[in-house]
Amino acid sequence: MSSAFPREAANLPYKLPPPLFDARCRACWFTVALLLLVIASFVTLELEWAAFASLDAGRSMYRFIAEFFPPDVSPKFVSKVVLAAWETLAMSALGTVIAAVMGLALAVPASRMSKQDSAWLRSPTRWLLNALRAIPELVWAALLLISAGLGPMAGTLALALHTSGVLGRLFAEAMENIPTGPGDALRTQGVGQLRVFAYATLPQVLPQLMSYTLYRWENNIRAAAVLGVVGAGGLGQMLSFNMGLFLMNKTATILGAMLLLVACVDVLSFTLRRWLNR
Amino acid sequence: MSAIQFPQVPLASGGKLRDPDFSSRVFWLSLALVMLWPLGVVTEFRPWVLWEPDNRKVTLDFLTSFWPLVHDAEFLRMVVRETWRTVAMATAGVTLALVLAVPMSLMAARVLSLSALSGRMNRWPACVRWCVRYTLIVLRSIPELVWALVFVRVVGLGPTAGVLAIALTYGGMLGKVYAEIFESGESHATHTLMRNGSGRLQAFVYAMLPSHAAELASYTVYRWECAIRSSVVLGFVGAGGLGQQLDNSMKMFNGGEVATLLLVFMALVAIADTVSAWLRRALS
Amino acid sequence: MNIELSDLQARHPSAPAHAPAALQGISLQLGAGEQIAIIGPSGAGKTSLLQILACAQRPTSGEIRLRGQDPWRLSTSALRRLRGQLFLAPQVPPLPPRQRVVTSVLAGRLPAMSLTASLRSLFYPSDIPAAYEALGHFDLSDKLFERVDRLSGGERQRVGLARALLSPASLWLIDEPLSALDPMRARMAMTALVGLARERQITMVATLHQVDMALLHFDRIIGLLSGQIVFDLPSAQVTPERLAHLYKKHAYELDRDALQSESDQGLLVPAPVVMHCR
Repeated sequence: MSSAFPREAANLPYKLPPPLFDARCRACWFTVALLLLVIASFVTLELEWAAFASLDAGRSMYRFIAEFFPPDVSPKFVSKVVLAAWETLAMSALGTVIAAVMGLALAVPASRMSKQDSAWLRSPTRWLLNALRAIPELVWAALLLISAGLGPMAGTLALALHTSGVLGRLFAEAMENIPTGPGDALRTQGVGQLRVFAYATLPQVLPQLMSYTLYRWENNIRAAAVLGVVGAGGLGQMLSFNMGLFLMNKTATILGAMLLLVACVDVLSFTLRRWLNR
Repeated sequence: MSAIQFPQVPLASGGKLRDPDFSSRVFWLSLALVMLWPLGVVTEFRPWVLWEPDNRKVTLDFLTSFWPLVHDAEFLRMVVRETWRTVAMATAGVTLALVLAVPMSLMAARVLSLSALSGRMNRWPACVRWCVRYTLIVLRSIPELVWALVFVRVVGLGPTAGVLAIALTYGGMLGKVYAEIFESGESHATHTLMRNGSGRLQAFVYAMLPSHAAELASYTVYRWECAIRSSVVLGFVGAGGLGQQLDNSMKMFNGGEVATLLLVFMALVAIADTVSAWLRRALS
Repeated sequence: MNIELSDLQARHPSAPAHAPAALQGISLQLGAGEQIAIIGPSGAGKTSLLQILACAQRPTSGEIRLRGQDPWRLSTSALRRLRGQLFLAPQVPPLPPRQRVVTSVLAGRLPAMSLTASLRSLFYPSDIPAAYEALGHFDLSDKLFERVDRLSGGERQRVGLARALLSPASLWLIDEPLSALDPMRARMAMTALVGLARERQITMVATLHQVDMALLHFDRIIGLLSGQIVFDLPSAQVTPERLAHLYKKHAYELDRDALQSESDQGLLVPAPVVMHCR
């Protein structure tokens, strides 16, 4: 029989899977763009893989790491490191406390307290908070060094300014998300805004605020440890000093102290947060 | 109709009602305030120093030098180039971080434990998982600036140090959060596949990945945005990009350049924020 | 405070345009010092009526006069003073969860306290004996310094009612005061409220599901059905036939026990705010 007659299949034709790249699909274009971005990054950055991959580099790397050991644990140096660690801890704690106060002060105009609240300060305050938190702590520290001079005060202020932007926004969002019942009841009685805030908003939102502040302290201890690199005191200043002089044993001790400090603050913050929410 | 008389609870302090929490509140508050004092001393916290005439003059001079902004063509070309380098450094760093984080998070995920399918996990796998988790925590705890300082000594100035620093720190962060994401959520599908004999990687790709993909992608995009800020910070120790330009301009007290760079940086952060929010919304 | 409503109409704030109005053609006159109860099935508009009387919601048409004045034509400060003269107790007690009972109760007096006195009262409650006495009327004196979220639903409702006793208001608007109370405590609460209102010559409007309580304690009953007043009679003239007609579509609501578990809503937990790591 010739195949002039087109045959019909006895079963329905299979549905083919969708093509891998469909010009109409947005997600496909997005994936292509992402791949291009990644490839372009690697290509344009003149990364020196050779410095890492060769055997010679391996040997020098090994030698470099070997210089770290043994870390310098002489009592005189360790006491200096402990003092610097205390300075770093104080910087982070004081900076966080100041930021919490400033953040609360800024969060009040930045949030809409009730449906009748005109909240005309909301946009400008939110813009200010965004500006404060966009600039990283290190950049703030570098800027403040010009006014405040070298030393930990610039670091404390830098942490306070950056963190108040972060906390201000978190606080404002928390205050906007609480149930309105208690506040509405007081407003129906004609009670003024400040008293409604003190009797209804703040009692509800205070545990969350303290939780955020403690969580932020964990981040700030890491930031405080490195702010010294630009001259803001603490462990960072010691680190950059000793590294600049290639005193690797001392550097190893300082790095160990940094790790220990960060771990301690993490544990402390976690414990306090759990205790607050019992 | 008079109110029903109920026996009143006898007052504990013989007739006078006092607030029982008051003294403990005052104590803790005073303690907290007293602890602030040594903090202020050791950080040399004297904000009034900013108001001294010399400091005020320097600050004012610096602030007034912000205007006019430097906007000649060559400078702007350089700014655009450095902005791209910053973004590229962040992207390359996060890509390498993913290369590090994905295998480690898979190794640390308890969900994929074969020995735990039938009761308790064996000691050796538990130990390996604990070690991997601990490594991720250590990687996460070291600030990327410290890595950058070390790498600058090894590979020299330039973006390589920055990319490696971001890769290590963010590898730790991403790895730990990925492991936590894997642990949360339903493990029923994964365990069923493993019980029926499929390999662990197969179980991951067929069961875990589809259910967690959106959350993983969302967090990765968010971390990419953080990485852009980090790469600006790393520029201060020699990794190039906007940060290094900012450092140079500040050291030369060139307020106009500093202002332009800051504005460009804030615009970059705002754009990255918007892109990241859009992506995260599209993914969920 | 005397109340006059003429041909009042009101809509739910979030109701779609085609939905029927929550209140239609309400006309009511209350002399100063009168106590009335409003009964009716669910959805009749009882809570909307209380919201209108509390000046918490504007009527869409018609007139409302409190003490001979239209509250919506007053200046902001005069309206605020008027609000201080009224007290609205919502069905869900508006108490911040982590606040102590003594502070929540004393908050009822806020319209009469100056700003500094009210802020000082947050640190040390200013009039503990008054709070103690007010709670004593509801058999809650021993819970004076407890946290609100450690109380049961019925106890929280009684604390919300005790607030009214401390307020300087001459108009009490009470929404479903007995929904979470057992029969004995319900009787005690009702006796206390009505007795004190009579003693102090306070105008009181209470909405109730418990018809027998309404008939027992109040001299004047108003029946509301689908936003309209069906009857406005002395309680002696409210016959079972009238009640049956009022509840004819909701006969099960006449059964008290069916309502006991309806409105014991737990304390609203604030919605979790997403934590950002910055």
